[in-house]
Amino acid sequence: MDNIIKTIFGRLSIESLPIHEPIVVGTFLGVAVGGIAVLALITKFKLWGYLWKEWFTTVDHKRIGIMYMILGIVMLLRGFADALMMRGQQAIAFGDNQGFLNSHHYDQVFTAHGVIMIFFVAMPIITGLMNYVVPLQIGARDVSFPYLNNLSFWMTAGGVVLVMASLFIGEFARTGWLAFPPLSELDFSPDVGVDYYIWALQVAGVGTTLSGINLIATIIKMRAPGMTMMKLPVFCWTSLCANVLIVASFPVLTATLVLLSLDRYVGTNFFTNNLGGNPMMYVNLIWIWGHPEVYILILPLFGVFSEVTSTFSGKRLFGYTSMVYATIVITILSYLVWLHHFFTMGSGASVNSFFGITTMVISIPTGAKIFNWLFTMYKGRIRFELPMMWTIAFMLTFTIGGMTGVLLAVPPADFVLHNSLFLIAHFHNVIIGGVLFGAFAAINYWWPKAFGFKLNQFWGKVSFWLWVVGFWVAFTPLYVMGLMGVTRRLHHFDDPSLQIWFVIAAFGALMIAGGIGAFLVQIGVSIWKKEELRDVTGDPWNGRTLEWATSSPPPDYNFAFTPVIHELDAWYDMKDKKAQAPTEGYRAIHMPKNTGTGVIIAGLSTAFGFGMIWYMWWLAAIALIGVVVVAIWHTFNYDRDFYIPVEEVVATESERRRLLGQGA
Amino acid sequence: MLGGCDAVVLNPAGDVAVQQRDLVLIATALMLLIIIPVMALTVLFAWRYRKSNTNAEYDPEFDHSTMLELVIWSAPLLIIICLGAVTWTSTHLLDPYRPIERTAPGQPVAAGVKPLEVQVVALDWKWLFIYPEQGIATVNELALPVDRPVEFRLTGTSVMNAFYIPAMAGMIYTMPGMETKLHAVLNREGTFKGLSSHYSGAGFSGMHFPVFALQQNGFDQWVEKVRTSQAGQGKGRGQLTRAAFLTVEKPSEYVPAMYYNGVQGGLFDRVVNRCVAENTPCMSDVMMHDRRTGGGDPHKMKVGEGNPPVNNTGPMHGERTKGALEKSPEEFQTSPHQSKEPLPSNGAQEPGDIKNRRMSFLSIPQTPGPQTLGHAGAGRG
Amino acid sequence: MSTDVLSADPAKNPTYYLVEDEDHHHESGGSTAIGFWMYLMSDCLIFAILFATYGVLGTSYAGGPTPREIFELPLVALNTSMLLLSSITYGFAMIAMEKNQKSSTLIWLGITGLFGLAFLSIELYEFANLIHEGAGPQRSAFLSSFFTLVGTHGLHVTFGSIWLVTLMVQVGRFGLIEANKRRLMCLSMFWHFLDVVWIGVFTFVYLLGVLR
Repeated sequence: MDNIIKTIFGRLSIESLPIHEPIVVGTFLGVAVGGIAVLALITKFKLWGYLWKEWFTTVDHKRIGIMYMILGIVMLLRGFADALMMRGQQAIAFGDNQGFLNSHHYDQVFTAHGVIMIFFVAMPIITGLMNYVVPLQIGARDVSFPYLNNLSFWMTAGGVVLVMASLFIGEFARTGWLAFPPLSELDFSPDVGVDYYIWALQVAGVGTTLSGINLIATIIKMRAPGMTMMKLPVFCWTSLCANVLIVASFPVLTATLVLLSLDRYVGTNFFTNNLGGNPMMYVNLIWIWGHPEVYILILPLFGVFSEVTSTFSGKRLFGYTSMVYATIVITILSYLVWLHHFFTMGSGASVNSFFGITTMVISIPTGAKIFNWLFTMYKGRIRFELPMMWTIAFMLTFTIGGMTGVLLAVPPADFVLHNSLFLIAHFHNVIIGGVLFGAFAAINYWWPKAFGFKLNQFWGKVSFWLWVVGFWVAFTPLYVMGLMGVTRRLHHFDDPSLQIWFVIAAFGALMIAGGIGAFLVQIGVSIWKKEELRDVTGDPWNGRTLEWATSSPPPDYNFAFTPVIHELDAWYDMKDKKAQAPTEGYRAIHMPKNTGTGVIIAGLSTAFGFGMIWYMWWLAAIALIGVVVVAIWHTFNYDRDFYIPVEEVVATESERRRLLGQGA
Repeated sequence: MLGGCDAVVLNPAGDVAVQQRDLVLIATALMLLIIIPVMALTVLFAWRYRKSNTNAEYDPEFDHSTMLELVIWSAPLLIIICLGAVTWTSTHLLDPYRPIERTAPGQPVAAGVKPLEVQVVALDWKWLFIYPEQGIATVNELALPVDRPVEFRLTGTSVMNAFYIPAMAGMIYTMPGMETKLHAVLNREGTFKGLSSHYSGAGFSGMHFPVFALQQNGFDQWVEKVRTSQAGQGKGRGQLTRAAFLTVEKPSEYVPAMYYNGVQGGLFDRVVNRCVAENTPCMSDVMMHDRRTGGGDPHKMKVGEGNPPVNNTGPMHGERTKGALEKSPEEFQTSPHQSKEPLPSNGAQEPGDIKNRRMSFLSIPQTPGPQTLGHAGAGRG
Repeated sequence: MSTDVLSADPAKNPTYYLVEDEDHHHESGGSTAIGFWMYLMSDCLIFAILFATYGVLGTSYAGGPTPREIFELPLVALNTSMLLLSSITYGFAMIAMEKNQKSSTLIWLGITGLFGLAFLSIELYEFANLIHEGAGPQRSAFLSSFFTLVGTHGLHVTFGSIWLVTLMVQVGRFGLIEANKRRLMCLSMFWHFLDVVWIGVFTFVYLLGVLR
């Protein structure tokens, strides 16, 4: 009997559910009631059909981009809740006070925080931005493989589902966000945590790799006529490089996690202590992926800052060519520095100094970029709209983070600062100061394009100041404590003199929480008052690149006539030369059809992951066969395109002209 | 500014850490040469070219200047060249494997002075220190004589840790089956903190120990105290035999200091080679065997010489952790929800207490292989 | 297309919008080729990691069997020839496709599939033998990395074979239409790619292993 139950449910039992913990049960009930309420509302207003037809199955890069952004922002709330728990625990757990989290729980919290913030916040946000903006900037109708784009999104969402499931069913990994063996081996982590980690990243990783391939093909193949590579907007260049990094590094992550899962599932000896395994190989492999990953995150945002600086300074970007080469140099160098994450492993001095110096060399092109933004502002007319404010804050914050980064690249200095709170402060300095500030600049900048109205300024500024000040209040104490020899991932301290620093840091975290709240309020208020914030021109910032040439939000087909490019800032050039869009000669537009296959395959993949995590082999087997069958079935559908009738195009475009006439 | 002597990294007590501190300061100063102008210019340009300041020059076509480009690429380049030179020399000079040549500025180590050897083993979740010269061992308490160079040899038993005494020198990983080294010295008397700085599981937060920096006679007294300690009295635990090691290596957390008045010979090498338990072949032997059968001249070696027939060498079941797919359903352990674990008091201090590590168990699988091989590598090498 | 537009009237009165008679949509063929290439390169990286892993762990026998004891070169040579022949027959299928000879294409594809199956059977036989002798992937790090590298290649061949059968059905039902030709082209790249990887496996793992 027991055998049958275990064959069906694997490791899952009633104990795996949070029935003994009133707080978690409460949370779960809250989420469940909320979820059911949302589902009920959707049903009541008969939105299922709409959501399914217009959003879930969409192959429109704009809608997929928006879904990525929503996913990233929702997960930001989850990841930030983890951050607040850590800051709270460390602010009170001194001496006899054990805090409110035991190590068992605290270790999951910091692991989940890292995994979620990198894979399910930063990655969806940058993928969403690239998806939305790149095809518009190169004057394309869509990405190269619209169906693949939909699948990529749902695979990422599948990873999110697995990570969120770990909150209520079982537990998450207690290994740190990179799951170093031997700690992540079955010997030391026999529970489901590491398996959740592995399968969430594998499912999402497939999506990321496919989306990388898709965007490279798009940028290389789908540019509007006349747009040579050296007339490509900087954001597209940085996106291209970021996606090259994705395609060239995510397979490494996939392979590494496969080896770890073979150790756990088949009993092989890749990273074990015994029978010839070598745990340090995992550390090397994972960082060969991990270092390029940080450039995957930051490069697209470098592009955002370039676009924003140029637009709001009312000037051409200074040093476009050197900007492009700087990006390419960073892309290449990012593969030559991985060892700086573990100088303390005890490699020889020559090896350490080689990797230290290559790391420093990256700061040269990065520095050149900062100077380029600086001289773009020089002799400009700077409008301090929200995107520009975020950019200035980035330039001031990121230089400090860059400096501490180069400091950590000096191996003997790293020996005393590695794994300390100084390191934590450093990478939050570059990731929050670079990626997150950039994401907020981008959201404020492109929101009017996506929805046809600007975001509320007041709440935007509240969010801005809370974030920027909160960041420094939260992380300056961490820099200081790093110099006091305090290390990371501790859930309890003996030295009471440290407490004041942690309390200050916790206060900073609360300010950031206020910043996130203000951001949500900003979105809410803007939607509520959208008529006041309405922009009918499609070009609210006096933009310079092609996405501003079409209406806001753009029609499904983006451009009724494919634009022809002569200059770098194509739209600025068109405005300058007073180029008029033709008013006749429209024709039916060839577009890809929506498909539900992406949702189904991603759902089956998630079920496969769940089956593997809980040792329900039957579920994993059925789901895997299901994936193959659905994929094959999909290839039998040859009828994937349709035409938007010419009447519809004419109607859309004349409406746009009417609004423009009114707006002018 | 930083709370004076609190910032131990900036005010360390050992010559190696002092040099590392100096390097931090030099590198920071070098970078500030460019960071400060950049930040000042950012603020200045943002202010000067604001939209409302119509007096400022506006040149929307200004997008290139060869002169400026040269400056913005070469200025960081020059600084990185300086920093790179500093990095190259200091990395070699402060290589943890390199025996130190001075105990303080201007005080070279006299020829013939042998560094004090301390063998460090990271256990779950405490530190074992073996003093081969003195023939004693301690857990979670380290005493060192000031101004005498120390050579740490480090390894671990189960997972990765990092050995870090901020006042003395930088950190270095301790890894099972591998040996790392650290050379350092302490110059000031006092009590400092040592800790594990690489996350290693549930008891990680309690994995720290006091470091007593003593004058030579104080150190001798301390050694004597440990040597005369008796099992069961105070911190005393008797002899550190192989059997005693197998007991103490079991997981426990927030462990108070323990003294061992004697150490079985070659214990550290057995830890490194993962053969403390009886009847486990040492890794060094296995690797030598592998080299003999697998490498070398194929014409001289008979294939498989010294190796039992292939189908006899498979791992015995139960000795190796089985992968999930190898298990039958009744072997599945239920994986409870994260909230299942009750809040432990202050951790369980008794080695092997089940409360210590629900997350892991420590059973070192035997390394299968020819049992006839001797333990050639087990002696002090 | 783009050059025509640009040369139409340079400098004086440049065109800013493309007015065409018909919508060109995607040049999907070109995108597919480059996209599939990139997929192959990313797959290549997975193999690179597995090769590197084998390079690091390939001599960690842990007291267990060594390559010389367990590799049977004649069997592997037979196996290699199966895969190489399948690549050649796939080439014939592509030639037939170019000539729009549907039945000939199908026959060559079928032969390719049979060679693929033969390869897989021999490989499975080899694996079963090894495991039976106690030289399974759990025995040592060397065997773990060996089974993973060779097994991953075998999995690729398996999926390639499933894909091949799918394409044969599609060509049979819908003929050599544009979409099917594109798919045959992709599978062709995939199949030859697996061949190249296998040559690496054969040299690096089997030949060097026996020589070492």
